[in-house]
Amino acid sequence: MQDQATGTPPLDTVANAAATPEHEQPWAALGLRDEEYARIREILGRRPTDAELAMYSVMWSEHCSYKSSKVHLRRFGETTTDEMRRHLLAGIGENAGVIDVGDGWAVTFKIESHNHPSYVEPHQGAATGVGGIVRDIMAMGARPVAVMDGLRVGPLDAPDTARVLPGVVSGVGFYGNCLGLPNLGGEVVFDPTYAGNPLVNALCVGVLRTEDLHLAFASGVGNKIVLFGARTGLDGIGGVSVLASETFGEGTGRKKLPSVQVGDPFAEKVLIECCLELYAAGLVVGIQDLGGAGLSCATSELASAGDGGMEIDLDQVHLRAEGMTPAEILSSESQERMCAVVTPENVEAFLAVCERWDVTARVIGEVTDGENLRIHAGGEVVVDVPPRTVAHDGPVYSRPFARPAAQDELQASTTAGLARPGTPAELAEQVVRLASSPQLASRAWVTEQYDRYVRGNTAAATPADAGVLRIDESSDRGIALAIDCNARFCLLDPREGARLALAESVRNVAASGARPVAVSDCLNFGSPEDPAVMWQFAEAVDGLAQACAELGIPVTGGNVSFYNQTATTAILPTPVVGVLGLVDDVHRAVPHGFGAPGDAVWLLGETADELDGSAWAGVVHEHLGGRPPRCDLAAEARLAGVMADGAARGLFSGAHDLSDGGLAHALVECAVDSRVGAAVTLPPGELDPAAALFSESAARMLVSVPAAAEADLARLCVEVGQPAARLGEVGGDALAIDGVDPLDVAELVIAHASTLPSVLDA
Amino acid sequence: MSARIGVITFPGTLDDVDAARAVRYAGAEAVGLWHRDTDLQSVDAVVVPGGFSYGDYLRAGAIAAQSPVMGPVVEAARRGMPVLGICNGFQILCEAGLLPGALVRNTGLRFICREIRLRVENADTAWTAGFEPGAAITVPLKSGEGRFVADEATLDRLEGEGRVVFRYAEPAPNGALRDIAGICSTDGRVVGLMPHPEHAIDPLTGPGVDGLGLFTSVLGRLTAAA
Repeated sequence: MQDQATGTPPLDTVANAAATPEHEQPWAALGLRDEEYARIREILGRRPTDAELAMYSVMWSEHCSYKSSKVHLRRFGETTTDEMRRHLLAGIGENAGVIDVGDGWAVTFKIESHNHPSYVEPHQGAATGVGGIVRDIMAMGARPVAVMDGLRVGPLDAPDTARVLPGVVSGVGFYGNCLGLPNLGGEVVFDPTYAGNPLVNALCVGVLRTEDLHLAFASGVGNKIVLFGARTGLDGIGGVSVLASETFGEGTGRKKLPSVQVGDPFAEKVLIECCLELYAAGLVVGIQDLGGAGLSCATSELASAGDGGMEIDLDQVHLRAEGMTPAEILSSESQERMCAVVTPENVEAFLAVCERWDVTARVIGEVTDGENLRIHAGGEVVVDVPPRTVAHDGPVYSRPFARPAAQDELQASTTAGLARPGTPAELAEQVVRLASSPQLASRAWVTEQYDRYVRGNTAAATPADAGVLRIDESSDRGIALAIDCNARFCLLDPREGARLALAESVRNVAASGARPVAVSDCLNFGSPEDPAVMWQFAEAVDGLAQACAELGIPVTGGNVSFYNQTATTAILPTPVVGVLGLVDDVHRAVPHGFGAPGDAVWLLGETADELDGSAWAGVVHEHLGGRPPRCDLAAEARLAGVMADGAARGLFSGAHDLSDGGLAHALVECAVDSRVGAAVTLPPGELDPAAALFSESAARMLVSVPAAAEADLARLCVEVGQPAARLGEVGGDALAIDGVDPLDVAELVIAHASTLPSVLDA
Repeated sequence: MSARIGVITFPGTLDDVDAARAVRYAGAEAVGLWHRDTDLQSVDAVVVPGGFSYGDYLRAGAIAAQSPVMGPVVEAARRGMPVLGICNGFQILCEAGLLPGALVRNTGLRFICREIRLRVENADTAWTAGFEPGAAITVPLKSGEGRFVADEATLDRLEGEGRVVFRYAEPAPNGALRDIAGICSTDGRVVGLMPHPEHAIDPLTGPGVDGLGLFTSVLGRLTAAA
């Protein structure tokens, strides 16, 4: 396949740039500010060449440089103690964090956003989002073993949702399925603020032997730089600087359509197997994936992380188009490419492995003892820059931030005055209304398009609270993964909301009996140039950093996505938190839902009257205001401890965390997913039935307990001070809640399952 | 000496590790075969696993059917060596002319991944001899192009000759004609099916152990023949 670059301009060499200081350059169109362009001229002592300008503009974009978030993200480093770092083999700053899980095994995971491309072209945007995060994991020396995705779109019945959601789901499925990675689940959230600003956050997890850990650096003078994988073409050029870092608005959005990259999962699958064979043969010194900013990023990051300079010859790059300029080659975001550092004596063996997998590979340069990254094209020098100035010394902004004036009013608008149901019939009707609402209805329409079985290590996947994966057939060790964020809570209080996102993710992992050990985050916000958005961001980051410190689990990496707003309307602040947990024996992981008929149903944790920001307030009253539920991390840690200890002792036959929709929806989901009813009372206390059913108090879990284990569980709860109440028993064909009209499980299944298909298949 | 069962890996094959595991769970030795191989290493049977061989380019299974390893597989199958094609492997066997009909896009046009009940319609093939006739088994289905189609005459012949090996126990979610999930060659040695028995061999990671029956069935046949 050949695509054509039209009207190739004359080569802009370093010599030419030095000789033509007055030459006008389109820095503004490339997304650079006046002062940023001036700074580049200052660094180089001349104007940049076209190729250099392309490199700086993509690498200094918000997406690559974190220029607006850097000052806040330091909080994660500052709050991480040596004790928290104990199991970290690699952390923030690498392609992905790596955690030592014992027995010589390590796990690496990361979440990344691909939001803007997924609005422009949902299928390819989402597909390449998966592809990109998978390459990040490969670049650590790991075999990618599973993916998850957090999707946020406009209201289910909004016209554009019918374009965006099916496209995104087919893209995630197409790429992940074809790559042979089980999808463990994630989130699908509908909210008006995501119409026009869909969020596609993809998580990948990989497994490696600790000795196979690979980091991105280019050291050793004379070592060769090998570019391998797909050919470099004209797709995705300018994607980073123009697409990911500008707000969609009138007159700016549509003409940039061609910048979305096109994914080929088959090429990536072959690339994975090829890389693993290269690692196993010990043929790789350093490795870097090519993602946003393409070769600009890979060469400058490899060089600046190494101990010397680097020479690259663009004439050696295998191209898909004719007449590509150096700037285009350097900023192309063609997918499925990797860049490796290889010792000269291993080059032949390296190329042989690539040949076996039919992967195109070319030596494009080498590590030098110089200081600079020098790039040649057509026999001329077109780039000659200190690599750090491109990769790491970009601008850093302390953007103004201010608590929005309307925040007080928002928090004052509580649910106190909203009508609450009281009769058994009213309560039952609202339980079903919630269960069938787009917010809480079954996500099977989405998740049935994803392969969850491939590779044969999936012990649990959606609708389980956490995905559970055996790390290898030779071991019983497992990992549990969950991603979460209740962005409605974050709007009401970004600091508490971010803490609650961590708490919920931890609780989801704990529901499986796993011990939470590490965090990856994906911080999705509006424009950093809006002080109110910047305040949300600062609050959320600080809240999350402190919460991680309180729980003693480190943030190992993540991603920031700004400019998720249309004109002046920003998305709900959405700091998505992924938590990784460890399971000593996957056979002892706690199943999702209810246990067997006759098992007791217990509620762990305390329920307060906390309906502000709840699904009940949203679905029944279309209300969003007040203060989110209180986040008590000590209570979360205690609950997680009870789950892990209880799971190890085999006390639980089922579990489900309480979150959106409160106790009512947790009971419904247990009944629906396990296809069995239960007879339960509401938890003891002074609460009215609506609060008892729909409150979204944190640190709660619904567990099923075989009769023989109840005394043990009671003792365990007393030992650690865990509040707990026995609500009733599993069994029957109906969900019979004391004070609520009984609900037939078969009817609940239909109510819960029908909502998404009724709209998306219409 | 235990039976040796080959598991082919094409570029883009995904379920080869699962198929090899199923072979081992059944008690046989799994022998990896590479798409460029022209020697089957004297294996006793071959599994063509699922995935997206060659990225489904051109047409699912079309390129793999022409790859070097398939020459000897087709030859051995014609001499009676048991061959099992799962999902993409089924598509490859159809493209290679070992099985009639074709697999096309699901009627709903979407990939479907769910656990599904099948009825074993023919318990006398090399890969189903261990099942009771009419047995119901639960295995995962996961495919976007799983709708079995053939002309009416072929369908009638398959039905008449008892070559419908597996049928969906509920209306086929992919729109497969006559709810056909799997078929076999005239000698019952070559079987192809869309659902994935290799993902139902361990309750930890699948819906149970029903799928193991295919792999133990062929072992029984191989041992009996030896």
